[in-house]
Formats: sequence, C-alpha cells, structure tokens
Amino acid sequence: MSLDLLTAVTIFVLAVLVGFEVISKVPATLHTPLMSGANSIHGIVLIGAMIITAAADSALEYVLAFVAVAFGAMNVVGGYAVTDRMLEMFKARPAAGKRGDDA
Amino acid sequence: MSDLETTIRYILLAAAACFVLGLHMMNSPATARRGNTLSAGAMTVAILATGVLLAEDSEITTTGWIVLLCGVLVGSAAGLWAARTVQMTAMPQLVSLFNAVGGGAAALLAIGELMQHEHVSSLGARTTVPGGLDILIGAVTFSGSLIAAGKLQGLIPGQPIVFPGARPLNVLLALAFTGSAVWLVADPASTTALVLLTLAGLAFGVTMVLPIGGADMPVVISLLNAFTGTAVGMAGFVLSEPALIIAGALVGASGGILTKLMADAMNRSIPAIIVGGFGTGDTGTDQGAGGDTHVRSVSADDVAIQLAYASKVIIVPGYGLAAAQAQHELGDLAALLSEHGVDVSYAIHPVAGRMPGHMNVLLAEANVPYPQLKEMEEINPEFAQADVALVIGANDVTNPAARRQGNAISGMPILDVDKAKSIVVIKRSMGHGYAGIDNELYTGPRTGMFFSDAKQGVADLKAAVRVFVG
Repeated sequence: MSLDLLTAVTIFVLAVLVGFEVISKVPATLHTPLMSGANSIHGIVLIGAMIITAAADSALEYVLAFVAVAFGAMNVVGGYAVTDRMLEMFKARPAAGKRGDDA
Repeated sequence: MSDLETTIRYILLAAAACFVLGLHMMNSPATARRGNTLSAGAMTVAILATGVLLAEDSEITTTGWIVLLCGVLVGSAAGLWAARTVQMTAMPQLVSLFNAVGGGAAALLAIGELMQHEHVSSLGARTTVPGGLDILIGAVTFSGSLIAAGKLQGLIPGQPIVFPGARPLNVLLALAFTGSAVWLVADPASTTALVLLTLAGLAFGVTMVLPIGGADMPVVISLLNAFTGTAVGMAGFVLSEPALIIAGALVGASGGILTKLMADAMNRSIPAIIVGGFGTGDTGTDQGAGGDTHVRSVSADDVAIQLAYASKVIIVPGYGLAAAQAQHELGDLAALLSEHGVDVSYAIHPVAGRMPGHMNVLLAEANVPYPQLKEMEEINPEFAQADVALVIGANDVTNPAARRQGNAISGMPILDVDKAKSIVVIKRSMGHGYAGIDNELYTGPRTGMFFSDAKQGVADLKAAVRVFVG
C-alpha cells in the first residue's frame, strides 16, 4: 500500500496531539509504569520488521530482518510483561491492619 | 486493495485506537492494569493480523517464515526473561534496554527497506527523508540507550565522562550524519552513505550520553524513549504503515511530555542536560552553611520512642532506600506504627527513586497501602503538623538550600521536611547527594542523624518500636 505524504503527515500530527492530551493528565505516581507502557507501544515496530522479512531475498537482508524481528519482539513482550508486573503491585489491597500478624 | 487487506487495515486502525485508550486508562491506578492489558491485546491482534496478511500475499518465502518465527521466539523469550527476573530497582535500566532494541529495530527497518528496493535509485524524498531520519534517530537511540543502561547498572562509571576534544568530535559527527543523510537522499542507492549515516548515528549516541551524569539519566532515558517513538513513526512513513505512524507519534509525544515533567521536577533544562554533566560550573560556588556546624547523632532507641509516641509521622523515602532494598522493612515498620494508631504517610518527591513514580512502584512492591503515598504538593503543608519526619536515603530533595539563590539546586522543588517538629535522617554518612553540596537539613536544630545502612537502620527501628508498642 502506498500512503501519500499529506495523509501520512496528517496522521502523524494528529497522533502527536492525541499523545500530548492523553499523557498530560496522568499523575506523577504512575509515570514509571506509563513510560514503560509507552515503551511497549513502540514495539509495534515488530510489524514493520515482519513486512521487511517478507520482502527479504538475500542472506544479508535475512540477517537484518532476523535482528529487527528479534529486537521488536523483545520490545513488545518484555515491555508489556514488565509493565503488567509493575501495575499488579498497584492493585487494590486491604488497608494496613491485617499485615501485623507477624508483630 | 483486496477485501482481506482492507479488513486488516481496519483491524490495525482499531489496534492503534486501543493503544490510545490503554494509555488513557493508565490515568488512574484503578484502571491502569486493564489499560495495559487492552494495549497488549491490541498489539497481539495487530501482529497476528499482519502475519495473516503476509501469508495471504504469499510473497514471503519459507526462509522468510523461518527467520520470522525464530526471531519472534528468540526476542520474546529474551524479553519475557528480562521482564520476569529484573529487580524493581533496576527498572530504569530495563526500560532503557527496551528503548535500545526498539530504536535498533526501527533503524534496521529503514536500512532493510533501502537495501531491498529494486528501483532504489528512483526512490523519492517521500521515502528517503523519513528513512534517513529513521536510521539516524534509531542508531542514536540504540547506542545512547545502551550507554545509559550501562551507567545505571554500574558497568560504565556513572559520573560525567568528558575527554579532551569531545566538543570538536561532536561537531564532526553532527557534520558527518547531516552530510551522509543529504547524500543518501540525493543518491538512495549509495551503500557508503547508508553505512556512514548508521556509524555516525551510533557514535553520536555514545558521545551524547557519556558526558551526562547518573543523576540526569532518568531524563535521558525518557528522552530516548521519545526518540524511539519518533524513529518508529518515521519507519511508518517509509513503509506506508499508518499503525506505525500513529503508535510512534503517540510515544514520541508522551516521551516528550514526560521528559519535560521530569526535567522540571529536577529544575534542569533539557538542553543543559544534553550539553553537559550535572553540576559542572555550579558546584563550589556555594558550599552551604560551612563545615563547623553541629551534627546531632541519635540511636535507634531514641528514634523508636519518638515514633511510638508521635501522632503523625511522615516518611520521606529516597533512592538510598531502594538501593539498600529496605522497602519491605519500611513497609513493616509503617504497618506497625499504623496499628498502634500513628498516622503514617509517605512524602513522595516527583523524582524520588530514579524516575517519576519509581518510588511508588518500589513501595507498592512492599505492600504499602496506596492511599498513604502522598505527592509533594499534597504533603508539603502537612509537615508543620508532623511530630516526626523520617528521612530514609533521600538527600538533595530535602535540602532547604534550594530555596536560596546561588547553588547547584537553587529553585528545585523540595519537600518541606525542615518544617516538621522533629526530623530523623537515616543515612550512612554525611556524604553528598547527586548535586554534591552539603544538606543544611542535617545540621538543623531539630534534626537527629541516625547513622546506619537504610536496611539495617529500619530493621533496628522496627525491633525497638516493637518493644514500646508491645
């Protein structure tokens, strides 16, 4: 598919504005998970790496494609897994009180 | 465009919308996890849909499939292993590592696309300009993020590394990548231009991050996160892939905002961080109140009595707490006090730990109830009512010198710890924080210094408090 430049730039600019709006409302306490979450979203580069792999037809291109796919997959899987691990700790838990059992 | 391809385009668009929605749900701790799950689900669907599209096109060879599957398996296994085993204190390094691989992948995409294009010399600026930017930004992010992670992990010395001729070298590298980018746009078939651009980008990433001190690394990582997003957006232009453009621009914007917030909280300007190491030219101009001031040292029992008979205690955790892995001990101590009827809250400076919100993650890991964590604006007026402010491993963010002009931390927002009725600081020595200046809080009339390792100190306090509250 080809995308004309004007359309591509339009999409880019609107997405930047959406990004500003969505992000600027997040409280500081969630900034680390947020950074990690945003980090996993750029793992979408994996899709690009897949497209490159499909078009590859020489050893060098396959090597490049392999590294790109592995990097992208690491970004996606690791990013989401670690964000989830962080956010799991924020889930609601009973207030302090029953934790003193060992006291 | 076939029906299938149209359907898949819509699926990718829906996935992009889910990324935005997922980020939006990260606004609140209650929905944050579902937001991340939504985002991850959308990503899975987008990747599978692309796989279906590739299979349908039947352009991909068997070798291609093998390369693809092996790459996904290797990458996923490495990512999953890192995500599962990383210590929460090492989180910034891991984010930096994922930045590196994301940026590296984005650069490789553009390189691959330029290499495999049959009529590469006929490619217009529509492809080559974003392609050149993608390679440059991706390469800078790749090497820069690795250096940043190495510094935080202690593999590379954390202090600013400045070598003679660094500035001319940077100018030279900037000229090299600008020149080779222009060359590449003029002659997309030139392998020399491609290689030169990549190498100049990689070298510039190293020389950009090396002179930056460990204290500024969170801001740098956040900036590199934004860079990676932008590189991915550029890759979207090269491949005409709207999903990449949307996701990349989204991350570029979010990383930009986050970087600015972090830099503001540390009272640093982003250009100043990039140009030089922390405190260069600042330190030595004002060494605080001088060296002959009186320091009052206290014991665990003294502090335990104060804590047990206080009605309001504010705990000020800093990176020293995290470095000593003392957050679990601290959580136990606070729970003990809460049970005894003491009003306990935590004062969280925006940059406590190593990234905004890092301290919250560490305390959440230690099962500290979320409502007890209070942000700077909320907690500052409460210090005057606090019987005891317990500072553990925090330094520069509590230094009242920030309210005065003429020193390295002037104007930095600080926690008003010095307003509390009594202040106890757990610290190993009178050593300096990142800013390299004396902390006037430590020599204040109401301050007691409890010299100890954070973990040992909190454990001693816990044992001593237990004696009083039985």
